[in-house]
Amino acid sequence: MNINTTETTALLKSLATELGGQLSALARTDPLMIGIHTGGVWVAEHLHRALELAEPLGVLNINFYRDDFSQSGLHPQVTPSDLPFSIDGRHVVLVDDVLHTGRTVRAALNEIFDYGRPASVLLVALVDRGDRELPVRADVVGRKLSLTPGQQIKLLGPGSLRLEFQEC
Amino acid sequence: MARSQFCQLDESGRLRHFLTTEGLSRETLTDILDTAESFAAVGKRAIKKVPLLRGKTIVNLFFEPSTRTLTTFELAAKRLSADVMNINLRRSATVKGESLLDTLHTLEAMHCDMFVIRHASSGAAHFIARNVAPHISVMNGGDGRHAHPSQALIDVFTIRRHKPDFTKLRVAIVGDIAHSRVARSQISTLRTLGVKEVRVVAPRTLLPPVPEALGAKVYFSLEEGLRDVDVVMMLRLQQERIQGPLLPSLHEYQACYGLTQKRLALAKADAIVMHPGPLNRGVEIDSEVADGPQSVILQQVSHGIAIRMAVMSMILGRRDSAEVSN
Repeated sequence: MNINTTETTALLKSLATELGGQLSALARTDPLMIGIHTGGVWVAEHLHRALELAEPLGVLNINFYRDDFSQSGLHPQVTPSDLPFSIDGRHVVLVDDVLHTGRTVRAALNEIFDYGRPASVLLVALVDRGDRELPVRADVVGRKLSLTPGQQIKLLGPGSLRLEFQEC
Repeated sequence: MARSQFCQLDESGRLRHFLTTEGLSRETLTDILDTAESFAAVGKRAIKKVPLLRGKTIVNLFFEPSTRTLTTFELAAKRLSADVMNINLRRSATVKGESLLDTLHTLEAMHCDMFVIRHASSGAAHFIARNVAPHISVMNGGDGRHAHPSQALIDVFTIRRHKPDFTKLRVAIVGDIAHSRVARSQISTLRTLGVKEVRVVAPRTLLPPVPEALGAKVYFSLEEGLRDVDVVMMLRLQQERIQGPLLPSLHEYQACYGLTQKRLALAKADAIVMHPGPLNRGVEIDSEVADGPQSVILQQVSHGIAIRMAVMSMILGRRDSAEVSN
């Protein structure tokens, strides 16, 4: 049931095509791309290359914005977020690997707005596994999956990306 | 020390209070430094704030005067979105144990989450940590001659940014070792992190009675102590703590132990110079050195915020691990 590297590569390719199509349909030229650490960054790296974006890729680490901080504490090695551009007035493409509860996206949007006021944010997810807890939806999705509550899906990388199902 | 460990860490070995660097493992110290590295990046953004400690209340209880320590603790708490109160208890510097505890219990009743303590008596932070309600954590902002753990971490953080391989470093700590809580915490931190050689340089009167017990090489001559070091950590001559005739005069101290550009030339060419502040310019350090190219003194100040953010968030974020959701 796992999605191997070949299938994942095909998925990334169709994701890039669909994203490119959406961006031109919306006339959002010269967008900024931001990947959510860590899996989202791997997907974003691929899309960034495929769309030949001019500006460098931004990396967002939402650990300081988590809503479960008081339950789960702080990961000791939080790689700092790195947005090497000004966000104000720009079209942003936010990329994550797996869209699930929507909480990560909520945290990411909060953090983005602490850097500035983007003109728009488009959400891209490699996989949408449903079970949302917040009113969040992705604009571009690679594949929709329905998982049982006990199942997890994880993107493995950074070299030869593949998706693995895990039972917990 | 056994007792301080008992109170400082919880059952899982995570920081519950932050009282001293002594007994903290290399892993814990490195976790603090790594976490501070990410908070340092927050300080460079347009909005220098993260929502991590929203809803938490931190009280700075300063029984001793302080500007930079108090300010950086306050800024650290604010950048983590905590509510912060500064309570200046200088006027009641002779507070007896009983009335001190009354003050604490009053603040506990206001549902605070953390006390940051600065006090002239050694052991004050431990005393308070042992006597507060279980929901309160204590951070030591300097107690008497005992410890100033966050300052020591700021210093090693600053060293690490310039010279990341500690196993190769020679570090000289120069000045009023006897009265310095900073020196005690610095020595323990540097040793735990595996620094090759830690030296203390001071006149006999400004060293503790058995200086060897510090765990550092002892030098009485500044010239000898500075030779080939990578890091020079100057200490402030604590004129307010020095009682009795320990020094003939400030002038003579300066003549023998003041860091001049000429003396600094004995250290390695790329040596960095540090000072926890406030500076006694023209006493322990010349302005030429303090403002010179090898000085990293102002970097120490800005690192103070990141280190204190790291420790505060590690302590207040210490809860049972929960499932992480996408």
